Amino acid sequence: MEKTNKSTQITKLSARKVQWGVKGKKIIKNISIAITNQELIGLIGPNGSGKSSLLRLLYKYYTPKQGGVYIKGRDILSMSQKEVAQNIGVVLQEKEGLNDRTVYDIVLMGRSPHKGIFEKDTKEDQEIVLDALNRVHLTNKENRHFSTLSGGEKQRVLIAMAIAQETEMLILDEPTNHLDPRYQLEIMNLIKSLNIPTIVAIHDLNLASMFCDRLILLKDGHIFTEGTPQKVLTKKNIKDVYDVDVEIQKTKNNRISVVYLNSHNPPPML
Amino acid sequence: MGLRRLENKKKHHFLVAVTILTSLLIISIVLGICIGSTSINIKEILGIIFYKIGITEKGTWTTGNENIIWLIRTPRALLAAVVGAGLAVSGASLQALLKNDLADPFTLGISSGASLGAVLSIGFGIFNTFGIFGIQVGGFLGAILAFTIVFYLSRRQGEISPTSLILAGIGTGYVFSGITSFITLVSSKKELAGQILSWTLGSLARADWRDLTIPSLVLIGTTIYLTLQSRNLNLIATNDEFASTLGLEVPTFRKRLFIIISLTVGVIVAVSGSIGFIGLIIPHIVRFFTGTNHKYLLPISLISGSIFLVWVDILARTVVSPAEVPAGVITSLLGGAFFLLLLWKKQTKAHK
Repeated sequence: MEKTNKSTQITKLSARKVQWGVKGKKIIKNISIAITNQELIGLIGPNGSGKSSLLRLLYKYYTPKQGGVYIKGRDILSMSQKEVAQNIGVVLQEKEGLNDRTVYDIVLMGRSPHKGIFEKDTKEDQEIVLDALNRVHLTNKENRHFSTLSGGEKQRVLIAMAIAQETEMLILDEPTNHLDPRYQLEIMNLIKSLNIPTIVAIHDLNLASMFCDRLILLKDGHIFTEGTPQKVLTKKNIKDVYDVDVEIQKTKNNRISVVYLNSHNPPPML
Repeated sequence: MGLRRLENKKKHHFLVAVTILTSLLIISIVLGICIGSTSINIKEILGIIFYKIGITEKGTWTTGNENIIWLIRTPRALLAAVVGAGLAVSGASLQALLKNDLADPFTLGISSGASLGAVLSIGFGIFNTFGIFGIQVGGFLGAILAFTIVFYLSRRQGEISPTSLILAGIGTGYVFSGITSFITLVSSKKELAGQILSWTLGSLARADWRDLTIPSLVLIGTTIYLTLQSRNLNLIATNDEFASTLGLEVPTFRKRLFIIISLTVGVIVAVSGSIGFIGLIIPHIVRFFTGTNHKYLLPISLISGSIFLVWVDILARTVVSPAEVPAGVITSLLGGAFFLLLLWKKQTKAHK
């Protein structure tokens, strides 16, 4: 990977002391994060720890109760949804309402943040869409309906859409969910190859350690710890946050791998 | 490049379809004017129309025939075209807004709300400040009230459940129709009693030129707005979070669609009563050919809706001639069956 020069680091996206909740229940408690150049950040933590909520605050689907979110220093609340979409591409976990669209039409939707109501789709937009499809290796499937694609292909279509959006940052919510190992690796490699500041919420700790430059570990709506995978994925941290016993092994390429130990008692037989 | 050729081909097909359908619409309207219980030959009819729009000199026809053609049949055929277009476009946008392809102004009770508003305005003159447009204003307010009730009844934690949407719509529709019937029956206004059939069943029988102005203007405005917003309609039809990550201000756009749809349905129902199911049938059939892109779906639905209602009205006038069946009865027969067919198709799909 390219080494980023410290002096040229710019904060692309940040959250400062952000809080959010519903009906008196605090879900995000005082979180501050900053994303700089070309980092791939993994957001990890148990179910319900606030990963999706934090991401929704970052792309302005939720409004913080306190604190703020900033894109290149600008308060996200002073920006229109369109401006946010010009800066951040988002790949969601839910794919409702896309089934009867063609691959081409979905990827073309990535151009909408750049379009005024009087503007037509141009030849240039077509080129951008084609190029994005090419980058995710779906060139020959542009006329297929979304519902006919495999899980991995669906994910690649949505990543192509985010590429066509031509943003400086990407946010992905569990992009490897429901995929077999081959597709999981393929998707993570694809994300990594885009080489732009990216936050990805991810459950698989081994994928997180293999691909991410930095990990943010959430527990109950706050940051438990953050840093390099080696620093974050320790036996103690994982026990404290997930209540799971693990063994940490070093792999050849100086990455680490997490091995789960089944120390839980099996449930009583019925 | 294969893809570019395909996109251009789509555009080409679209333009061809628009041309053919527009010609069909013009022919249908002319036939709509020709067909009726008094038979008048086509040469005379065209002569009267051309004379009236100032192209030719007055011919040898009788004043009676001139009145039948120009004061009764022409506005009626044109109103059928406008009403059909408006209902089809409202249906297509409702389906996008609610992410539910069974949505229709009639099944969701919006038409019943509009009927009530219109009846209130005739019965009690509560919108008299708006002069002759009082009925239309009443229709619009009734429509927006019913729509709002249905929308909030079917929304749970920001999600609209398709089942509660349809149930809330049917329920609201019944309540509003009930009140409308009650007012009509107890009201001392004879005018109302005579019109009850058109409010509840939907009919174009009372059409005159004055009825055309407001619905036509609203239809033009609505069509321009929705066509310009076709990209956003494509977005809102997916899901709200997805649409918002692509730059759509979902709450604002939703409010605007709410008003636009209520306005269109309101002014249409004020002149024609609640003619049902056009908003359901037409976009469904059109979608089969154009796909879900509203850039193509909306204009084709608009013209098809026009043609459809012009023919339904011809049927309404001829099937038991010299008496007539309200147009809404025919659309209910066709649309109700279509609705059941869709339900059945969805069920069998779900069980596979």
